[in-house]
Amino acid sequence: MADLTRLTAAETAARVASGDVSAVEVAQAHLDRIAEVDGKVHAFLHVDAEGALAAAKAVDDRRAKGDRLGPLAGVPLALKDVFTTKGVPTTCGSKILEGWVPPYDATVTAKLREAGVVILGKTNMDEFAMGSSTENSAYGPTHNPWDLTRIPGGSGGGSAAALAAFEAPLAIGTDTGGSIRQPGAVTGTVGVKPTYGGVSRYGLVAFSSSLDQAGPCARTVLDAALLHATIAGHDPKDSTSIDAPVPDVVGAARSGDVRGLRVGVVKEFGGEGYQPGVEQRFREAVELLRELGAEVVEISCPHFTYAMPAYYLIAPSEASSNLARFDAMRYGLRVGDNGDRSAEEVMSLTREAGFGPEVKRRIMLGTYALSSGYYDAYYGQAQKVRTLIARDFDAAFAQVDVLVSPTTPTTAFPIGERADDPMAMYLADLCTIPSNLAGNAAMSLPCGLAPEDGLPVGLQIIAPTMADDRLYKVGAAVEAGFLAKWGAPLLDQAPAL
Amino acid sequence: MPGITREEVAHLARLSRLELGAEELDHLATQLDDIIGAVARVGEVAADDIPPTSHPLPLTNVMRPDEIRPGLTPEQALAGAPAAEDQRFRVPRILGEEQ
Repeated sequence: MADLTRLTAAETAARVASGDVSAVEVAQAHLDRIAEVDGKVHAFLHVDAEGALAAAKAVDDRRAKGDRLGPLAGVPLALKDVFTTKGVPTTCGSKILEGWVPPYDATVTAKLREAGVVILGKTNMDEFAMGSSTENSAYGPTHNPWDLTRIPGGSGGGSAAALAAFEAPLAIGTDTGGSIRQPGAVTGTVGVKPTYGGVSRYGLVAFSSSLDQAGPCARTVLDAALLHATIAGHDPKDSTSIDAPVPDVVGAARSGDVRGLRVGVVKEFGGEGYQPGVEQRFREAVELLRELGAEVVEISCPHFTYAMPAYYLIAPSEASSNLARFDAMRYGLRVGDNGDRSAEEVMSLTREAGFGPEVKRRIMLGTYALSSGYYDAYYGQAQKVRTLIARDFDAAFAQVDVLVSPTTPTTAFPIGERADDPMAMYLADLCTIPSNLAGNAAMSLPCGLAPEDGLPVGLQIIAPTMADDRLYKVGAAVEAGFLAKWGAPLLDQAPAL
Repeated sequence: MPGITREEVAHLARLSRLELGAEELDHLATQLDDIIGAVARVGEVAADDIPPTSHPLPLTNVMRPDEIRPGLTPEQALAGAPAAEDQRFRVPRILGEEQ
């Protein structure tokens, strides 16, 4: 039998539904693959073999009874370790939550279980999703399957690496400043940040509540759409989830077409700081869009250059407040409670021991930006910039249907290269941050390998709020166009592990 | 914008409930100074008449009916507690001797 780990999610679901293979066989094949390669990749923090096989058996039992199975029933998935999973450890890549077992499921987790998706385990991430390389995990870095000496992106490097290493056909990520799209770009996989509020945040451990958004990661555009449709929708448990029908992302992915579509190239995303091979592959993707019948124009979004500074004020400010919950009192680590120390002293000792350097930097930065005397100049001004960025998008989408840019200025950089240089690290999210600030939808998908290093390059497609279906319509057309040129999916060129 | 001093960083650490060591404090002071210098660029944008955006969705006061629904049992809620006693979280003292 062909290797079950090389199938797409759509193919896997079809074969399970037809009885060609059992969900248990599919799950076991992926668990075997994880056992074989994850020692090198380190995509997973926790593998739940028992839970995965039980979930797979439940799908097989339902099929045997004649139940109709959903479109992803029996498909394995890697879940970012920032979603609560009842009975399964959830660490957020932090020592402060080491050994914590949540008593409830996140809404995303619950929806996956209901759909018969088989959760293989929890994936590695930058601590509390703060980072662009997964090096900020307290449990060691994840390695890029294309080159094990390089970063897999972040914060969702574990989820993206699991896909690229064929450890899972589907994964879930969260995107606060690019943490789904940038790992997708540097691993040659597909990642989507839905419209803010499109997917429930209930049970998603909060980093920056006005920016955090869960979304699908996959190896194909259609698989991402199937997963998007599975997890999206209004949730009474999240008052910021949008109470409106989910755009028809699956229909859009099946009918990829860009004829007559107006595509805007963001003028501000290119030039100095951009790797020549990234710019070359991006230009080829734009050329492909033209060949496929799209009308391409250049669009200026003048305030996008202020997106990064605004983001590094807003996100840390919200984080400094959100992470106050890690107080050593109700769950998680407690350090130094010797009977003499006060709660406040224990709190400070615990947070010092339990948080890593990047989390501390951001808590301190946020505390600074919100403190009296600095609030107006920093946090207040950043919120105004946020308004101007949203207005840039409004003006752009009055002229074009979607915007495109490189997802990230460079390909995957070597592990360690930017580890203690926060400003260099922050540049990885230059092109992805504006959509988090404005809340609109965006996707990254592969557009080739950079000639100078042979590493994947991502094309970012950006759509207006609640027009997530446009991402899939354009993404599917680009994917099919490149497949016709390349003759095989890009990941077929990844080295054997 | 003036640079951030080591004393300010120590004050921020106290506000943030982080018991930073001396070496860590020095290292962070340098890095925070760099970062604050870079993010101060938001001040270049003339935005006097621009309203702030705190959230991408125009939502205010989302309400739902006040209905009783099952929640966690005390055992489940306390399962992750560093210390528990009599169905309560056991915490270090929160008041000083004189209070």
